[in-house]
Amino acid sequence: MEHIRMPKVENVRLLDRLSSRRAVVGTLYLTATHVIFVENGSETRKETWVLHSQISSIEKQATTATGSPLLIRCKNFQVIQLVIPQERDCHDVYISLIRLARPVKYEELYCFSFNPKLDKEEREQGWKLVDLNEEYNRMGVPNSYWQISDVNRDYGVCDSYPTEVYVPKSATAHIIVGSSKFRSRRRFPALSYYCKANNASICRSSQPLSGFSARCLEDEQMLQAIRKANPGSDFIYVVDTRPKLNAMANRAAGKGYENEDNYSNIKFQFIGIENIHVMRNSLQKMLEVCELKSPSMSDFLWGLENSGWLKHIKAIMDAGIFIAKAVAEEGVSVLVHCSDGWDRTAQVCSVASLLLDPYYRTMKGFMVLIEKDWVSFGHKFNHRYGNLDGDPKEISPVIDQFIECVWQLMEQFPCAFEFNERFLIHIQHHIYSCQFGNFLCNSQKERRELKIKERTYSLWAHLWKNRADYLNPLYRSDHSQSQGTLHPQIAPCNFLYKFWSGMYNRFEKGLHPRQSVTDYLMAVKEETQQLEEELEVLQERLANLQKSQSGNNKVKSKQQDRSKQFGLYTSNNSLANTPQEYSNDLKSFPSRSPSQGDEDSALILTQDNLKSSDPDLSANSDQESGVEDLSCRSPSGGGCLPSEDSGKDSDEAVFLAG
Amino acid sequence: MEFAELIKTPRADNVVLHRPFHLAVEGTLCLTGHHLIFSSRRQDNAEELWLLHSNIDSIDKRFVGSLGTIVIKCKDLRIIQLDIPGMEECLNIASSIEALSTLDSVTLMYPFFYRPMFEVLEDGWSSFLLEQEFELLSSVTDEWRLSCVNKEFSVCPSYPPVVIVPKSVDDEALRKVALFRHGGRFPVLSYYHKKNGMAMMRSSQPLTGTNGRRCKEDEKLVNATLRSGRRGFVIDTRPLTVAQQARAKGGGFEQEVHYPQWRRIHKYIERFNILQESFIKLVEACNDQSHNMDRWLSKLEASNWLTHIKELLTAACLAAQCIDREGASVLVHGSEGTDSTLQVTSLAQIILDPRCRTIRGFEALIVREWLQAGHPFQQRCAQSAYSNSKQKWEAPVFLLFLECVWQIHRQFPCSFEFNEQFLLMLFEHAYASQFGTFLGNNENERAKLKLPQKTMSLWSWVNRPEELSRFQNPLYEANNLVIWPSVAPQSLQLWEGVFLRWNRPSRFLEEAEEERINIIKYNKELQARVNALRRRLAELEAEDEEPEE
Repeated sequence: MEHIRMPKVENVRLLDRLSSRRAVVGTLYLTATHVIFVENGSETRKETWVLHSQISSIEKQATTATGSPLLIRCKNFQVIQLVIPQERDCHDVYISLIRLARPVKYEELYCFSFNPKLDKEEREQGWKLVDLNEEYNRMGVPNSYWQISDVNRDYGVCDSYPTEVYVPKSATAHIIVGSSKFRSRRRFPALSYYCKANNASICRSSQPLSGFSARCLEDEQMLQAIRKANPGSDFIYVVDTRPKLNAMANRAAGKGYENEDNYSNIKFQFIGIENIHVMRNSLQKMLEVCELKSPSMSDFLWGLENSGWLKHIKAIMDAGIFIAKAVAEEGVSVLVHCSDGWDRTAQVCSVASLLLDPYYRTMKGFMVLIEKDWVSFGHKFNHRYGNLDGDPKEISPVIDQFIECVWQLMEQFPCAFEFNERFLIHIQHHIYSCQFGNFLCNSQKERRELKIKERTYSLWAHLWKNRADYLNPLYRSDHSQSQGTLHPQIAPCNFLYKFWSGMYNRFEKGLHPRQSVTDYLMAVKEETQQLEEELEVLQERLANLQKSQSGNNKVKSKQQDRSKQFGLYTSNNSLANTPQEYSNDLKSFPSRSPSQGDEDSALILTQDNLKSSDPDLSANSDQESGVEDLSCRSPSGGGCLPSEDSGKDSDEAVFLAG
Repeated sequence: MEFAELIKTPRADNVVLHRPFHLAVEGTLCLTGHHLIFSSRRQDNAEELWLLHSNIDSIDKRFVGSLGTIVIKCKDLRIIQLDIPGMEECLNIASSIEALSTLDSVTLMYPFFYRPMFEVLEDGWSSFLLEQEFELLSSVTDEWRLSCVNKEFSVCPSYPPVVIVPKSVDDEALRKVALFRHGGRFPVLSYYHKKNGMAMMRSSQPLTGTNGRRCKEDEKLVNATLRSGRRGFVIDTRPLTVAQQARAKGGGFEQEVHYPQWRRIHKYIERFNILQESFIKLVEACNDQSHNMDRWLSKLEASNWLTHIKELLTAACLAAQCIDREGASVLVHGSEGTDSTLQVTSLAQIILDPRCRTIRGFEALIVREWLQAGHPFQQRCAQSAYSNSKQKWEAPVFLLFLECVWQIHRQFPCSFEFNEQFLLMLFEHAYASQFGTFLGNNENERAKLKLPQKTMSLWSWVNRPEELSRFQNPLYEANNLVIWPSVAPQSLQLWEGVFLRWNRPSRFLEEAEEERINIIKYNKELQARVNALRRRLAELEAEDEEPEE
């Protein structure tokens, strides 16, 4: 709290990016964990909550007659424009936020104060939801080819690897240690995915320290061992996910890539995915396009192309497709690496796993996948997502790109995933929110030292608890798309990659479809389930009635049954009335303190909105702008529509501007 | 003319058909007067491809030795390839297709020969009469009347025989106004907004010329749509400079001095030849086989197609906004009033009027605002994106309209009774059809061709229950609100259903649609069963209680 110079500023204006006419006046609060803006106005005290850890930049702009503008950009792509009447207040807020947004100790992060009111046991259960041992067993290891190695217990060989890694049975501790010495940051080849059906595997590592001519017998033996663990194939692919030029440049620094002549039976392949710096700049450029005030179509498309973002997404997908094909169709094992083997390698291994194994396309499986390829193998969450104040050059949207790859696949295979877009968006949100401990630190070692599991809560348990919100209504476990390997179209395919406005313009509700097919279908399915239950009850009653009639017994329960029916109708009607209900359900600030009480209020944002667990529906969303909110679909046919028009005013400025 | 004269080789065997995402199949090719028919002879999987000659946009032939290859590019944007053994056969077939797909006489077109295999339940030619529309209007207002001033098509050749005009303006005045408007297209009622009584009129440009001619009757006519003391908006679909230049050719725009109650807004919508060029470029980009992401986006951008979509939607939203939000009447026109004008007025109605989002209402809209309003379908849809001939009348004006509807549909997926297939079907039939609906350029031509007597209406076919079921949106829930779409670039997407239809795998998307339908079908079935059971139980219980009472 000592960093807060100014806990409260009144008469602050929150601007609407799309329409200057829709600015709202309210009070700005700074708390230890959040920036909160509460609208004035007796009816709708709408609240906007932003976690300090979501703030990626704060920009103070030139003071004008109306006040001092402050622009806050968030890592979840929310952009907040405030105008603070007094320059001095603005400066104080600015200075406070600069500090609050860049904590220096893990203990300052929100997850250490966040308390969802779960007891110790529930917390522990939550952390057990995703269990990697179980996952490797599911894949079919250990078996006669693969074993668990304890060579890295106490992180003695590689401090960014997990303690338990799977390696080929023939790889002795000597070979592993020898190989680790020949790899950047000692990240030796280890199992990422094993394909039970044909013994082919995906292994991952960092680059070899080959320089121009160095060799390492143990490393060569290690690759040999990986090949032997797949008796069906007489070679393995070594996939270097970097552009060739980058890999060659690394040789001068004593690093580099495998020489096919030194390793027996490998096929070496470059797949040009650019490095974290290129990706960071690319995202930056794309976000500039997203932020344009009223871009023309050409501005937008040109800017999108110029950012190169979709090209990079495609490169990652192409690498994943290549590996999935090698494993599934050719039955060949693959060793994947980049430089350190914790960014591009994680992206590519997880995309390949997702394509290969339908389990990873379920909600639970997806959590496992992130835990396996990202969390356990030392993806540097802290550095990449800037949780603590650090080197800005380390920041890069690596996992964002993976998440987008999943979305692109969801667009191409609408029935293949158990979860929906919202699930991805919320995971992205929480990678940055630091509300849960899962993604803290840079490695398993650091997390253990920090006692994350004892001191914080797991995101997976939170998502699992709310899984009804994240279901894809089109998914059926017996559908053909949820079986086997996915085969995305390879060529021509450039037009299959689309801009993801649901993510990058997430907070501009006005830009999105006003009716959600997913929510609509989920409501239908929910009702279907109720109908199924009722049908059963009715059938039972009918059977009883017929029985009793034949036995000449009178049923006296009529009165009671009528009320039961009535009960069902009212529940249907209340479904139809949801928007009105929500808009009446407004609380005045501070309705729930951020560090305790309902966890969801802490999440973010406004409470007058749909699902409280939904970090989407935050700020700026306009009560009137969604047509009848989808949840108000009228199951019994009697439509009950809000009386106001949809999208009142929402786009007027836009039409008139041209 | 006998079609047989044009067909020298009516049949070829051992022809191989190539289509994207399908294995090549061998079969027999037959040519008839109106169709190209390919049937594979494989026992296990016999399939036939019927292609209307009028659907063929361009044809290329090449030879490798004596094996000829014909590449056929269709107006619905599909591309197929036929390998035909024998140089002579191939040449004959190619020249026949070329001749048969470019017949210049309308009366030789397939609709004049087509005999429907279905029972006609309702004659589509009389399904949507303006008289019915007027009856509906009369129930809410008496400010308008039906005028038969154009019954011989003598006042305006591109207008239908009856039009709706303000009650206070008589036919004599209409004749005078017609002389003051390009092509005689005097202002008529396009849409009446029941909610606030505001009207949308459409016309062509006024013929003010360089010396600022005026027409008192015209001023009176447009002012008749205004409530006392209220202002109206003229939405001119040309930029001001173009409108000014038009004066030199006798055209012009409503000048403030003579129309003081009207505010003019120029909202530029691209002219047809530019649109055609854009269409061609877009289709080229979509068919580009390169893997390069950058080239795709820059080609998409360079085609300007989505820019046209955005401009058009914006203009339509503006018109709707003037009516619904500003409470003002609107007059829409460009130059001729047969293209961009109709795009704007019809899209504005989609936004404002829930009826236009039903199947029946949308059909009525197309009849009213496109067919009867004299959009020259025959000229505009003579060729599609593959045509080499650069005739200046062709333009995807109607396709752009359909795509805008699709864009709104995408943003409000539960507010339309019809689905994407319905829009696709209209696109296909506008370019090539067995039905006479889209033949001719206006009602006058259709009457002369006796289309209602000699051809079948598309609506007779579409509105049969078994066809309708294919076009219904399972998610539809009547939504009586005005729907304001977003026109931001992030909100607009390429209409893949048209442009990538033939070069993307569609299986997974079709499966998804099937899944959606099944979810809703199952729900409805359960509802019906539950309701039936409830009734049954109530009956039984009533029976049960009777003795007691």
